[in-house]
Amino acid sequence: MKTYILKRLLSGLITIWFIATATFVGMHMVPGDPLANPKATSPEIQKNLEARYGLDKPLVTQYVIYLGNMLRGDFGISFTQKNRRVNDIIREHFPVSATLGVLALLIAAGGGVIWGAVTAVYRDRWPDAVIMLLVVVAVSVPSFVFAMLGQLAILKLNELMGFSLLPVAGWGSLSHMWVPALVLGLGTMAYLTRLMRSSMLEVTNADYIRTARAKGLPGLRIFFKHQLRNAILPVVTVLGPAIAAITTGGFVVELVFAIPGLGRYFVQAVQQLDYTVIMGTTVFYGAFLVLMVLAVDILYGFVDPRIRVGKRGG
Amino acid sequence: MNLFRPTPEDLLPLAKTAAAEVVVRPSLSYWQNAWRRLKRNRRAVVSLYTVLLLLLFSYAAPLLFALDSSSQDLTQLSQAPSLERRSRVVDPMPWVGRFAAHSPAERLAVVENLQVVGEPHTEFVRLIWSPVAGASYYRVWRHILQPSGATDLGLPLGDTESVDQVSFEDLLKLETVTYYYSVEAVGPDGQVSPYSTVKVHPRHGISVEDAISRGLIKAEQRERAIGTEVTLKPHLLGTDYLGRDMLARLVRGGQTSLFIGVVAPLLFVSLGVVYGGLAGYLGGRIDEVMMRFADFVIALPFLLFMILFRVAMGIGPGESGIVPMLLALVLLGWPSAARLVRGQVLQLREQPFVEAARLMGAGSTYLIFRHMLPNVMGVVLVSLTFAIPSAIFTEAFLSFIGMGVAPPTPSWGSMCNDGVKSFMSHPHELLFPALMISITVLAFNLLGDGLRDALDAKIDK
Repeated sequence: MKTYILKRLLSGLITIWFIATATFVGMHMVPGDPLANPKATSPEIQKNLEARYGLDKPLVTQYVIYLGNMLRGDFGISFTQKNRRVNDIIREHFPVSATLGVLALLIAAGGGVIWGAVTAVYRDRWPDAVIMLLVVVAVSVPSFVFAMLGQLAILKLNELMGFSLLPVAGWGSLSHMWVPALVLGLGTMAYLTRLMRSSMLEVTNADYIRTARAKGLPGLRIFFKHQLRNAILPVVTVLGPAIAAITTGGFVVELVFAIPGLGRYFVQAVQQLDYTVIMGTTVFYGAFLVLMVLAVDILYGFVDPRIRVGKRGG
Repeated sequence: MNLFRPTPEDLLPLAKTAAAEVVVRPSLSYWQNAWRRLKRNRRAVVSLYTVLLLLLFSYAAPLLFALDSSSQDLTQLSQAPSLERRSRVVDPMPWVGRFAAHSPAERLAVVENLQVVGEPHTEFVRLIWSPVAGASYYRVWRHILQPSGATDLGLPLGDTESVDQVSFEDLLKLETVTYYYSVEAVGPDGQVSPYSTVKVHPRHGISVEDAISRGLIKAEQRERAIGTEVTLKPHLLGTDYLGRDMLARLVRGGQTSLFIGVVAPLLFVSLGVVYGGLAGYLGGRIDEVMMRFADFVIALPFLLFMILFRVAMGIGPGESGIVPMLLALVLLGWPSAARLVRGQVLQLREQPFVEAARLMGAGSTYLIFRHMLPNVMGVVLVSLTFAIPSAIFTEAFLSFIGMGVAPPTPSWGSMCNDGVKSFMSHPHELLFPALMISITVLAFNLLGDGLRDALDAKIDK
């Protein structure tokens, strides 16, 4: 187990390095010059600026400096916002995205497991048909449509109640979070429901279930202790990709609900070509996702004792 | 009990007849069998027809009908879908208005006799009312809902300019919906009278100059045409915020979205097949290095790097931005297909029939084209079908955050982006493109499910 974790950590680090390099290459392919000014600047000032940002050095040197800065966790200064370091932007806005993401993940995982179990229990009867239809709809409608519909629903609800039950947009209290988190988790919940259903059906036909039944164990006990616990395992494996989907899905939800999360700042930075913010956020998100997938994989090793991950190797 | 007791005669072999050797059912190849099973799956068949219909809608409709997705009709902005296309020709002559002498008074009374002059239409709505004693000017409001109180009168349109003026002409972006106009008198110290409201439903109007320039009436008939009705160009699904025909834009947008959604997966799945097939076939050290690289590319956060590459490639003036999006999708999309194919090829390599072929002296080319490719085609086709909806989603997502195709090229995603801004007042501008995306993605998803079931010979019932 120890060697496995070490190996995975090492490959994770290499992946993060690859992400940082790809980001560097990508950003240097961007046409135009971040220091180009519509007003004519004298060549001396231009030179000074280039020296300040290290843009006069050869590309390889720039790359080394960039990697050094990344290693020290210094993402530089924003190009468009006055006196704001990228680190500050991440520190300030990532917790917002993370809070929303965790809530969305909880809703998605909880909902997925429950609905998946329900469909498996009522296989080929109407609850199964209805839920699976909703699942198909949920994976076919773009997230921004759900976000708009969510907002419309809040508006109509508030109109109906005669007072403001839930805020339409913004951030601050738990009441701001419910609808955005639900919208954000919807796609993942649909995916997990599907997965949980097929995994439950697979387990239903397993020998140990038949044995448990033959022993005369009560149905509920079989359901919870034998069926559900084993069926949840595949759900755990996809939590890593699910976190990735929820983090990037947050862009749209944060945009529509005016939530001051990192996703909204990233989109803004892209639209304004804020080089350092784009690079910093991409590397940060990339590293975050790699670590999350890693954590889920290691967790899986603990949860499922059948998997001798250490022996199989990375 | 009447048990069957076989006699030795019963156990004798029967005489061989020619009829027993005849194969009754036609022999089916793998693909014929899959096609037969797909046809039995009703959902998949419906999805297949839907996909064909969508392709026809986007690529055949422009051949049959003249569709103009870029011309702007400024008299029909954000028109909701309807078949009513008649419009009153009106002469937008400057209106003098109505004036009346005012007498002084201590308290302001309510505005009375508020009414519309002539027929209200979208070119102008003219209001008059009786003078209120003591008023120094009047304030006019417009609301799309019945006002519920003095603080809920809607949009302030403006104030009358002189003490004596008791009329107002509204020229501000009128639409064919019901308006509630409210007028209140304002005294010299700023005190306000109770308001009175009139409900107005303007019809569509077109100025006579506009009608002439569109060729709806002849210039020499100018005087006679005023007050008559003309029929405007029909917009079956309404217009967008610039007055462009929604149906034409949906067709053109479909071309963009479906092109990106189908061609990008085709390209990156083919690339993945070649890459993964090569890695799996060569095996050993090369395979390890190749797949390690694929692992790295898979680890890149997909949407972030889509955005990054999109920014990196940029869009020049006059370009649609379709090619950068295709390239970005291909650059990031190929590894999953490569992994899949490599796994299949690794399995196939060890299969007895491949070994037998090799023993009989089959060369690499023969093995690859006769044994490997046909056997991986099934999974490749399924993964292609599932890659299409996700590519369409990616296009929609990027266009939605303004990183997609460049205007004026429409795509369903960028149309959604435009529609979001006026979602509350003109929901059709978001609804139609969103519906198209959903239908397309749904059809491809269900088709993919059906294909997967049909191509998996093991679950044949």
